[in-house]
Amino acid sequence: MTHVARAFLLGVLLFLYAPIIVMVAMAFNASPLYAMPFEFSTRWFGALAGDAVLIDSTRNSLVIAVLTAVIATILGTAASLALERKRFMGRAILRILLLPPIAIPWIISGTAMLLFFFWTGIGRGFHAMLIGHVALAIPYVVLVVGTGLKNVRVDLEEAAQSLGSTPLHAFFAVTLPLLAPSIAAAALFAFAVSLDQFVISYFLATPGYSTLPVQIYTAIRKGFTPEINAISALLLGFSMLAILAFVCLSKAGGTLERR
Amino acid sequence: MSAVDVAAVVKNYGAQKVLDDIAIHFQEGAFTSLLGPSGSGKTTLLRIVAGFVTPDQGVVRIGADDVTRVPVHARNIGMVFQSYALFPHMTVMENIAFGLHRRGVRGAEATRRARQALDLVQLSHLGERRPKQLSGGQQQRVALARAIVFSPSVLLLDEPLSALDRRLRQDMQVELRRIQQESGLTTIFVTHDQEEALTLSDHIAILDGGRIVQEGAPAQIYEHPRTRFAASFLGDANFLSGPTMPGGIEIDGRPIKVAMPFETRGRATVAVRPEKMSIDGPGENRIPAVIRQIVYAGATTTYLLDGPEGLPFRVFTQNHEANLHPVGSAVWLTWSPAHTILLAE
Repeated sequence: MTHVARAFLLGVLLFLYAPIIVMVAMAFNASPLYAMPFEFSTRWFGALAGDAVLIDSTRNSLVIAVLTAVIATILGTAASLALERKRFMGRAILRILLLPPIAIPWIISGTAMLLFFFWTGIGRGFHAMLIGHVALAIPYVVLVVGTGLKNVRVDLEEAAQSLGSTPLHAFFAVTLPLLAPSIAAAALFAFAVSLDQFVISYFLATPGYSTLPVQIYTAIRKGFTPEINAISALLLGFSMLAILAFVCLSKAGGTLERR
Repeated sequence: MSAVDVAAVVKNYGAQKVLDDIAIHFQEGAFTSLLGPSGSGKTTLLRIVAGFVTPDQGVVRIGADDVTRVPVHARNIGMVFQSYALFPHMTVMENIAFGLHRRGVRGAEATRRARQALDLVQLSHLGERRPKQLSGGQQQRVALARAIVFSPSVLLLDEPLSALDRRLRQDMQVELRRIQQESGLTTIFVTHDQEEALTLSDHIAILDGGRIVQEGAPAQIYEHPRTRFAASFLGDANFLSGPTMPGGIEIDGRPIKVAMPFETRGRATVAVRPEKMSIDGPGENRIPAVIRQIVYAGATTTYLLDGPEGLPFRVFTQNHEANLHPVGSAVWLTWSPAHTILLAE
């Protein structure tokens, strides 16, 4: 039974990772035409270093993703605090309205944003893209932090107040530390949503300003070069490290919880 | 410590009246229980004293200060929550020192006082543990230490023993009473458990439907309940209703005498505690009954009987001698007019 289970697990992992492994391998293959036999080389990484457009768009992607993570996490956390902890008119409707953006196809959100930004004079480029990404990431943050908040009992905040904390101090001394793993997860989600975003970025990019996914798409249309494998491998390594760090962090939090 | 006064407090949630014109004085240094079924408003009253709920009308005073509009954190209260609400990310010592830190007590002085509180609840050796590593009873003690370490004006307890099992609950009752008496804290205790209220309190207030139906010393309320609700909620009672006659009421053609003076008019209901009745014993009041069921519990026996017109009776007896009346036997239930309590319906 364990043999079968192990074989099945291996199959699933292969299914998930095979294309990625091929891509990473080709990033290190000397031949530009993916010719076998495999010949190890770092020439595409060298070529990448000279490709100002790819480097620029990568930097843009990372800057936007980090800013999106920060802004969306702050706004989303505040929103989910209000939705979970306060009673006010229209709370139920707001809570429901936060969810559809996750399900709306990006091509539709993207078209809507392009129209709206054109119509209001916001235009395109860095600022428009940042607004778009933040708007896209907020529902995820609200969802993740909201789930975490359900596990932080209200009476903990009340206990802090009974001991002399103002509501604000109770939040920073009790709620926030207990919520930290959820907030970190939400930030990672927001970062990933932004880094991964193509459709909206494509609509809002300008000739002088674009992100890596947009640039890769443009490059592929012109003709595929292994440099793209190289930058993809780098990004992949970066994402894997981030996820790994998060898993370790949340595990540490988990053991702390259990003790 | 200070006395606490609640005057003319009203609280509505929408159309629902939760507290209706509540006035009660919590004496300085006394242990007062708010006893009532769920929905009686007892928890709301406690939360109004704590400051988590603002009353629609009325005044709350702690000592000489009107605190009706004072926020929770400025009231100097100590509170133990039903779930204990210990901070999971802090050690036991950090939990206890939290209130001290908020009052500007830090460093060696804070450690000394936190240790002292930990000694008081007899958990001196567990200061470095996290709440999750403690048993329910230990968490309970930590919550208590955390609430009293900064000498609050009043200690508020929200059904703190309800999550513990029976044995541990009895131990904690003794402990709670000892700590309360040693600290001399004015204590307000919310419970739906009548036995807990009887054993712990100096003073009990029984709440029902947002009103205080009776208050007084435990023995006072137990021996002289004013209403059917008070009589049945605090302890067990047998109820008898019948037309009034001079000196008592009439049940099935027999006079049941009442010792206290009362107005002879219409019908009246009296209550008799099950341990005040005896089977074929002495007593001026007598009612024939048939034993339906016997619940033998070692030290005591409970008899369930059927009286005239199927009226149910319950009698507690001490097992002084192994002289059990068999099921089905016809007996006389007897008791004294002094133990016949006239109720206001």
